Amino acid sequence: MTRTRSVAAAVLAALVLTTVAAAASKGTTLSLVAYSTPKPVIAKIIQAWQQTPDGSGVSFTTSFGPSTNQAKAVAAGQPADLVFLSTGDDVNLLVDAGLVNATWNKQSYNGIAADTVVVFAVRDGNPKHIKGWADLVKPGVQVVTPNPFSSGSAKWNILAAYGAQRALGKTDAQATAYVKQLFTHVVSQDTSGSNATNTFLSGKGDVLITYESEAINARLVGKNIQYVIPRQTMLIELPAAAISKSQNLDKVNSFLRFLKSVPAQELFAQYGFRPVNKTVAAEPTVVKEFPARPGIFKIDAKYIGGWRNADKVWFDPTNGRMVQIEQADGGPTTG
Amino acid sequence: MIVALPIAALVWASRAQGAHGFWHWISAPEAVAALKLTFAMAGLVALTNAVFGTVIAWTLVRDDYRGKNIVNAIIDLPFAMPTIVAGLLVLALYGPTSPVHVDVAFTRTAIYLVLLFVTLPFVVRTVQPVLYELDTQMEEAARSLGARESTVFRKIVLPSILPGILSGVAMAFARALGEIGAVTILSGNRPFRTEVASVYVFNQNASGNGTGAAAVAVVLLGASFALLLGIGGIRRLATRHERA
Repeated sequence: MTRTRSVAAAVLAALVLTTVAAAASKGTTLSLVAYSTPKPVIAKIIQAWQQTPDGSGVSFTTSFGPSTNQAKAVAAGQPADLVFLSTGDDVNLLVDAGLVNATWNKQSYNGIAADTVVVFAVRDGNPKHIKGWADLVKPGVQVVTPNPFSSGSAKWNILAAYGAQRALGKTDAQATAYVKQLFTHVVSQDTSGSNATNTFLSGKGDVLITYESEAINARLVGKNIQYVIPRQTMLIELPAAAISKSQNLDKVNSFLRFLKSVPAQELFAQYGFRPVNKTVAAEPTVVKEFPARPGIFKIDAKYIGGWRNADKVWFDPTNGRMVQIEQADGGPTTG
Repeated sequence: MIVALPIAALVWASRAQGAHGFWHWISAPEAVAALKLTFAMAGLVALTNAVFGTVIAWTLVRDDYRGKNIVNAIIDLPFAMPTIVAGLLVLALYGPTSPVHVDVAFTRTAIYLVLLFVTLPFVVRTVQPVLYELDTQMEEAARSLGARESTVFRKIVLPSILPGILSGVAMAFARALGEIGAVTILSGNRPFRTEVASVYVFNQNASGNGTGAAAVAVVLLGASFALLLGIGGIRRLATRHERA
């Protein structure tokens, strides 16, 4: 008994040693913490970077999950060299934690690695004739969008709904009333954007409010999904930033530069993300795949006022507008 | 240490804004709605289990039929699978693409069905061993004295298995209070309608409201703790003859 045990211990020790040795011989390892959707494209981009002189010999450990959860995990001490998140708000969370330099959004392309827009996924052939935001609140239309208190993509969706009304010239009160009306049509509020997509694909609802990249990604994996880009919609900017105390900052910065270079941006485009690199954005296939919309607005539009303001006005768990809207929607009179 | 410390930390977190903050979050309309729904659903599920769990246990012990061993093994399946899989199963069977054309997904009925599924083994597994041990001589004696089947069940069988049923019911209730994986996938999580307390806790925590999340979690914890004490009491009652 004792002998078998010591043999087992020796084998285990040998295994641990060889693993450690193997990891050490590979050279630098970067830890990338990212939100869930870009998992397939990030794998391709890492492969492409490892083919370049800068990236050769650098290995990666990656972690994917809901954006805010990921940012909180890093703030709480999860090791990371760089982050790729779905909102600038989540990067600000790391700025507040002293982990990301406050000038991250002064880097090239304002710290943004790729873009996408808010779109409507619809059923085959668009039977409810969904074209714009007004069609979502027509009688009998069922909408799927995640819960704004747990999902970053839900926040984008709500601000897009509100901003679209403002872009159409409505007042603050009218646009807020629209969001309220929209929520009476919401039939499922999943905890994340990808859960909402699964709910829609399971057959629930007429419209799923989602990212263009998420819809294209669903197509790439063989899901039959169609989508409509409303004329007024929100440009979602996806930030990538270095963790300032990383031991390998030069490699991190080199990778961040590569993210915005032509080869990486072309990969982004292939996987459904709008490139930020002007050269790639001007390529005919890219122009065709990602049609321009006249009414595109950003988070820093005057009537939204940037992430920090939007978070306070809309998503504060005590008195944000969404707390009141959820309450009005679910109150006993309509229950 | 493993159990008590996290509980203490949770209670501490829930009081981060003082007793006033605790009550504020417990009485927030959305929290109240979620807690009401959760307790109502758990209660319904526990009652249904009391009846059907006992019936299943009875057929497993007293009846003999082909495939009994398979049924006996299947009963434990909900214990063995991740509850999110249970959610997917119910969604596939009773969702928008249902093969039997029953679409109850994203309603309270769906919550009820999936909780029933994940809690089914509790009552079966607490009643079954008691039934095995039960001496049938007493029942036969009663029958030979002319008692009807219903009387035999009521006067002889039920008193013996009641503690088993109650402790199974309590465990099923506690389990239903805390379930999240199976529920979140097919309830739609609509605040005030189909959002259960565990999902509310999840959402509040995700949006940075740790105090609100902890406050509601403490209510769930308190209810579960009271139940476990209750089970202890029932066990003592059940064994009072042996101890006397």
